[in-house]
Amino acid sequence: MTLALETTDLKVQLQLNDGEDSWFTVCDLSALLPGRGVAALLPDGRQVALFRDRSGKLYAIDNRDPFGGAAVLSRGLTGTHQGRPFVASPLLKQRFDLETGVCLDDDVVRVATYEVRAS
Amino acid sequence: MSTTALVGNGPRPTIVLVGHGMVGQRFLEALAERGLTATHRVVVLCEEPRPAYDRVQLTSYFSGKTPEDLSLTDMEFIKDHGIELYVGDPAETIDRESKKVTARSGMVVDYDTLVLATGSYPFVPPVPNKDAEGCFVYRTIEDLLAIEEYAKSKATTGAVVGGGLLGLEAAGALKGLGLAAHIVEFAPRLMPVQVDEGGGAALLRTISDMGLSVHTGVGTQEIVVGEDGAVTGMKLSDGSELATDMVVFSAGVRPRDQLARESGLTVGERGGIAVDEQCRTVSDPHVFAIGECALASDGRVYGLVAPGYEQAETAAATIARDDAEFTGADLSTKLKLLGVDVASFGDAHGTAEDCLDVVYSDSRAGLYKKLVIGRDGTLLGGILVGDAEAYGTLRAFTGSVPPVSPESLVLPAGAGESVQLGPSALPDEAIICSCHNVSKGTIRGAVTDHQCTTVPEVKKCTKAGTGCGSCVKVLGQLVTAELEASGVEVDKGLCGCFSQTREELYEIVLALRINTYQDLLDRYGREDARGGDGCEICKPAVGSIIASLAPTIGASGYVLDGEQASLQDSNDHFLANLQKNGSYSVVPRIPGGEITPEKLIVIGEIARDFGLYTKITGGQRIDMFGARVEQLPLIWARLVDAGFESGHAYGKALRTVKSCVGQTWCRYGVQDSVRMAIDLELRYRGLRSPHKLKSAVSGCARECAEAQSKDFGIIATANGWNLYVGGNGGATPRHADLLAQDLSDAELVRLIDRFLMFYIRTADRLERTSTWLERIPGGLDHVRDVVVEDSLGICEELESLMAAHVAGYRDEWAETINDPEKLSRFVSFVNAPDTPDPVVGFVPERDQMKPDLPLLTIGHRPLEGSAQR
Repeated sequence: MTLALETTDLKVQLQLNDGEDSWFTVCDLSALLPGRGVAALLPDGRQVALFRDRSGKLYAIDNRDPFGGAAVLSRGLTGTHQGRPFVASPLLKQRFDLETGVCLDDDVVRVATYEVRAS
Repeated sequence: MSTTALVGNGPRPTIVLVGHGMVGQRFLEALAERGLTATHRVVVLCEEPRPAYDRVQLTSYFSGKTPEDLSLTDMEFIKDHGIELYVGDPAETIDRESKKVTARSGMVVDYDTLVLATGSYPFVPPVPNKDAEGCFVYRTIEDLLAIEEYAKSKATTGAVVGGGLLGLEAAGALKGLGLAAHIVEFAPRLMPVQVDEGGGAALLRTISDMGLSVHTGVGTQEIVVGEDGAVTGMKLSDGSELATDMVVFSAGVRPRDQLARESGLTVGERGGIAVDEQCRTVSDPHVFAIGECALASDGRVYGLVAPGYEQAETAAATIARDDAEFTGADLSTKLKLLGVDVASFGDAHGTAEDCLDVVYSDSRAGLYKKLVIGRDGTLLGGILVGDAEAYGTLRAFTGSVPPVSPESLVLPAGAGESVQLGPSALPDEAIICSCHNVSKGTIRGAVTDHQCTTVPEVKKCTKAGTGCGSCVKVLGQLVTAELEASGVEVDKGLCGCFSQTREELYEIVLALRINTYQDLLDRYGREDARGGDGCEICKPAVGSIIASLAPTIGASGYVLDGEQASLQDSNDHFLANLQKNGSYSVVPRIPGGEITPEKLIVIGEIARDFGLYTKITGGQRIDMFGARVEQLPLIWARLVDAGFESGHAYGKALRTVKSCVGQTWCRYGVQDSVRMAIDLELRYRGLRSPHKLKSAVSGCARECAEAQSKDFGIIATANGWNLYVGGNGGATPRHADLLAQDLSDAELVRLIDRFLMFYIRTADRLERTSTWLERIPGGLDHVRDVVVEDSLGICEELESLMAAHVAGYRDEWAETINDPEKLSRFVSFVNAPDTPDPVVGFVPERDQMKPDLPLLTIGHRPLEGSAQR
């Protein structure tokens, strides 16, 4: 997560592997509405849900809802719970921490998280 | 009903109860509570064809309550306690010598203890032709059924003899049935027993303003009949004649003591079976009498339910060999008569020596309040007409010196030094629920010792508030006060971000014209939530408030505009219904369920071209399933092109207004229900509300559109429309309540405008009209006061808010397909707009297709219901 500067030229990028330089460009920063998510398709077929909060911070987690099975987390509503950013699945409303991927309603469940930046 | 010739005396002693009215039922409950149903055989002989029902609420039959709704008898209770209940089989003779009761069917029951709860019968003055066709009494459900039938088929005018409590209710019922109604009262004022001259005058004015004709100070001399023997009028004692098609006698009741007289039990000079302080008859230690048939040891016959309940408890306790006595009761009453509050308590008529009055009277507003005060300042009693808000508190203070000056207790709020004396000022011994004799101390105990935290829990624990219900308001205040006192934080806030309720947020948004969520959160959110991102609970709730008020507060009426887009639940954000595999369903509006063949064909072609699964919904429309995000705008474009628009199946908004085919085609129809349904659906389409709104219009009383299971349902009558509100199907079905009758088209629309806007204003998030109506203080009566009588003076505002919504309506689908920026959001992948989501797959089923579900990694555990249609 990186603080994004408000410039139209900025691109949203995901880190695919551990390597420093393997940043995958997803879209223009302007495509991300504060408080809403978008889904991105990775070259290997994985799906990522990307979010931007009102302060401009970016988050990326796996798009698939582990409870329902559908790839819909990017369409959930975001919020803040006890200082932690989260998204609530649009299927059955379970909430997932956007920074750790841990489900706030069932902490044995977690989804993958990704490094994301605007540059 | 059994016709067994002889029911023998078993090994267990037998208690026979004669009469199964409210008091009889209460007696059975008291027996069960004391374990007597286990040790005794209990036999009940009931004259009426149905078991005990709520006679106090009898008149509510005319406002839509069914006889089943009125029932007080849980058949499980009867069965579980092994009680033998014989309905329609009254006791005919008692042989006290051999301790046997014979029922009408011939059944003979031996008793060890006999309890008479035969109630009372309506007094009919001995005037000529009192039994003519068209003469009725007002006592049982059967009486009401007969009155209803006669009023509907043979009468346009009706007169009620008697201006007491029941008489006024009867007159209101006749008026509700569409008759011109008269009240004839012998005394110089209405409700002579409960109120004094001043109170009677306030009451007369209000009742007359309702269109009821009141004749006081005149007696009935003769019922006039026509050649066919049916009523045509009545001769009054002042020489005048009143033309009327029917007469309802409601001139008081008399104890039903015939059976007791015939069996040689002592009865009072003016009737009533004489009993001692244990409710045992003075003549026979094996026989008890309770309720309206009993002459209590203080020489009075009590015609109210609360003293009857007390007698039932006393008799049961005595049979169980516990100490109990009934030495007299408080005659305090609080009623809502034809929408007017009337209450009297304690020494209402000031009969005590040297007592003083404090009176506040405002005949313009129909208000009259009188307190009777002793020389030493003790509150002795009082009368309240027009506003009985203070009744619960005042009655509890009766017999003590209130901590504030008496005048401040009757002055209206805002006038001079008026104070609101809360129930917290009451002593612990004060009786809050007089029906069940529950003191304030007991209620506090329920909260502190029994951990009750809500009014329903306290009601269950103490029985308080389960009788006439007049104390429920005070009960609520006490529970809240007690919880707060014991340090329990009663957080009524919407969620972790807002400490306000949805209703309070609505008022803030409307009053301050706040039109963004962030502004509201940063200014009015909880301290630690300000500046944050809110949560999934308050965002859609506030989004809905902003959408409902959009034209008025200067917000965009389009839910995908600006910040509003980030507040919408997933369904609203995509203007379609999310299904389990991530695909969507699409429901175009089909107002009233009416559709042309051309439009049907268009829907069929679209579904075929996009490979969608189609199904007819419960709301008379067609649902197309299996659309991918990126297909939605293409489907809408085809639909909009053919003249369709969004059906808002995805929103907490008006869904559909169903209809039956109505007068146009149907042989039974009396109004054009299809036209009305279309008009209403087009008027309220797109209206965002706390929860979904469903409606239906039926063209006659056969109710084929099932309007009584809707949030607002309309049923045609010969004279117009009846409006029902608060109905629900689903998991907790609720029959809708009748709000108003025989409305013209314009009156109907105006009333629905007000009702919906009042609901939107005051309901909690995700609270359907049915639960809202049950929750809000005052319930249906309060809502009727507000939207019909305009008691809060807000109807003009409610109407103008609705007018603004109607004028500002735009179709969300058309708006979206014409906005390239919004359209760009309708893709499965932001970085691959042309690639469909591979997780969304389908397999064939019954000639169509169904979702091919991905393997689940974890079991299903829904957190919150999210039904979509």
